[in-house]
Amino acid sequence: MDKLLFGDNQFFGINHMSEEKARAQSMRFQNIENVISVLDAAYDEGVKTFMCTTHDRIALVCDHVRANPDKYPDFKFFPCMPYAHKYANAVTDHGMMGALTHFMPDDGLLKTALRGSMSLATKDIEGIIKILVDVEMKMFQGVETPVIFLQNVIVDLLLGMGMKDAFKIFHDHVLENYDAEPGFITMNMPMLFETLDGLGIENPIICSNINKIGFRTCGGFDRYKEILENEKLRAIAMSVYASGAIAPREAIEWLSQVPNIESMVFGASSRTNIRSTRELVDEYFA
Amino acid sequence: MTKIGLVGLGKMGISHFSIANADPRAEIIICDASGYMLDTIKKYTGCTAYKSFDTMLEKEDLAAVIIATPSRLHAPMVRAALEKGLHVFCEKPFCLDPAESAALAKLAADKGLITQVGYHYRYVGAFQEMKRIIDSGAIGTVTHILAEAYGPVILKPKGKTWRTDRAEGGGCLYDYAAHPINLLNWYFGEPDRADGTILAPIFSADTDDEVYSTLTWNDGTSAHVSVNWSDESYRKMSTKISITGTKGRINADRQECQTYLRETTDALPEYEQGWNVRYTTDLTQEVAFYLRGEEYSAQMYDFISAVVGDGGNPVNDFASATQTDRTMAMMITDHQSAPTTKRAAPLVAKKKRSWLGR
Repeated sequence: MDKLLFGDNQFFGINHMSEEKARAQSMRFQNIENVISVLDAAYDEGVKTFMCTTHDRIALVCDHVRANPDKYPDFKFFPCMPYAHKYANAVTDHGMMGALTHFMPDDGLLKTALRGSMSLATKDIEGIIKILVDVEMKMFQGVETPVIFLQNVIVDLLLGMGMKDAFKIFHDHVLENYDAEPGFITMNMPMLFETLDGLGIENPIICSNINKIGFRTCGGFDRYKEILENEKLRAIAMSVYASGAIAPREAIEWLSQVPNIESMVFGASSRTNIRSTRELVDEYFA
Repeated sequence: MTKIGLVGLGKMGISHFSIANADPRAEIIICDASGYMLDTIKKYTGCTAYKSFDTMLEKEDLAAVIIATPSRLHAPMVRAALEKGLHVFCEKPFCLDPAESAALAKLAADKGLITQVGYHYRYVGAFQEMKRIIDSGAIGTVTHILAEAYGPVILKPKGKTWRTDRAEGGGCLYDYAAHPINLLNWYFGEPDRADGTILAPIFSADTDDEVYSTLTWNDGTSAHVSVNWSDESYRKMSTKISITGTKGRINADRQECQTYLRETTDALPEYEQGWNVRYTTDLTQEVAFYLRGEEYSAQMYDFISAVVGDGGNPVNDFASATQTDRTMAMMITDHQSAPTTKRAAPLVAKKKRSWLGR
């Protein structure tokens, strides 16, 4: 994994500080060309991995990268699935079971569909999870996806419910069928790590909030630090600036001292900010 | 471990289940009349499960219940639980008939039981800060409030579910407007009048998709409520309260609380003259387990803490939720007394049958 991963919150009007800023970003990035020009700036600066949700608009970025192989020889996607709002809206529209069948493929993939209907009938989540992953991965055909993530809303929902088997099913399906590494995003890293450990999933890729002030480190900042120091995992840090509460230099200097940090994911909308982040990472992680 | 029963495995029920089940102090027993979710969750988590609420109450030695069924079913289930002496967390809106709300609030108080209703905005840092500033008197006498909520729930005509029928407790008033109205009740108590109330469908056949009303208090304070859940320009539900006072103004949403003070005041020494911005990210306490925003966890853990006798101070008790039920009932009465104007009836899609025949 690259040290720096480029996130996509800014492209979808997600801003934890201000709704006004979020709306301004939605306006700017409504045109996919503006998204691609920021991604181009990141690529030029050496930030070549795009960690993105499976939002419908990401398909346009995939199309662009597929159409221009010479321009992006090293471009990698780290898909994070599912895009939660898509499913939440479907549940409101069709109910829980209706939403599931709504996302089942109906384009003649009879075998997959049969697996789904069998799974629904027997209450077997294995078939359902595999199909949903396959559906989400369709837009990434023909582009590089070396790591595939399960999003935090679904990870934490399953974690709280105690439906641990789902993690193992996702893990094995990604390894076996996509020749990729499975990853997990969570707001509850200690609890997730212990659960994965209990399932025999070794050295997992876990993306969680890791920042100097312990912002949104649920389960306790001390437990986060203990696990990072003593356990075997490949940690990806997000919210490194704690939603703007920590200055970039201070945030990255602190992060560089934390053991087991494989990568850091960040979002930016300008080349200047991308470059300054990259320079800080080069300086402290050298 | 304290046993807590949870009934209703819909969208809110599953979210509450995950949050409550992550609390090591509680063992959650689940209940849902339709078997699919129930059986699947039982199969993969091994938790105890019931199809019948009455059987669960009868067989299990519960300390409390969490009720997340369609709104019409709240009142009888809450009553059954209270009569058994159980503490109750109930999803909002509390009851569709405010007389029932008041009776159940009294029953719970008489029995000394702990109650909480899922108005999670009272657990959002920015709205808590707004309350602190109002109560400090720093913005002087409040003359007017604008209470808004917008979001993309119903964007086209669609088949029926309980959420599309006001008689079942569905619709924009009960689902969306209840939140800003509940915040108004928290800040200023129950309004005395509702005028010019519009409860109009946009795409729904049997309920409202937009809600507008003027609420007034006898002391002269007024509020405009403006809520629409058929607005695609919002990514998700967005609630905003703007308060005008004689000495300043406060605007709050989920992210931030912006306060303008005309002069500094001893009541709020850390605030300066002019604009002051506080962010929810700074104001919010960490929670032990996070699913979809600290407020959802905080309201549940506050309830469980109180149930197990480990502190906890649930702010949304039945009495406070009754105020909101009464305010909404007053708005419905006002709407019904007004001459009706009708838009062309929206097209309603027939209920689709999927290839599973469900």
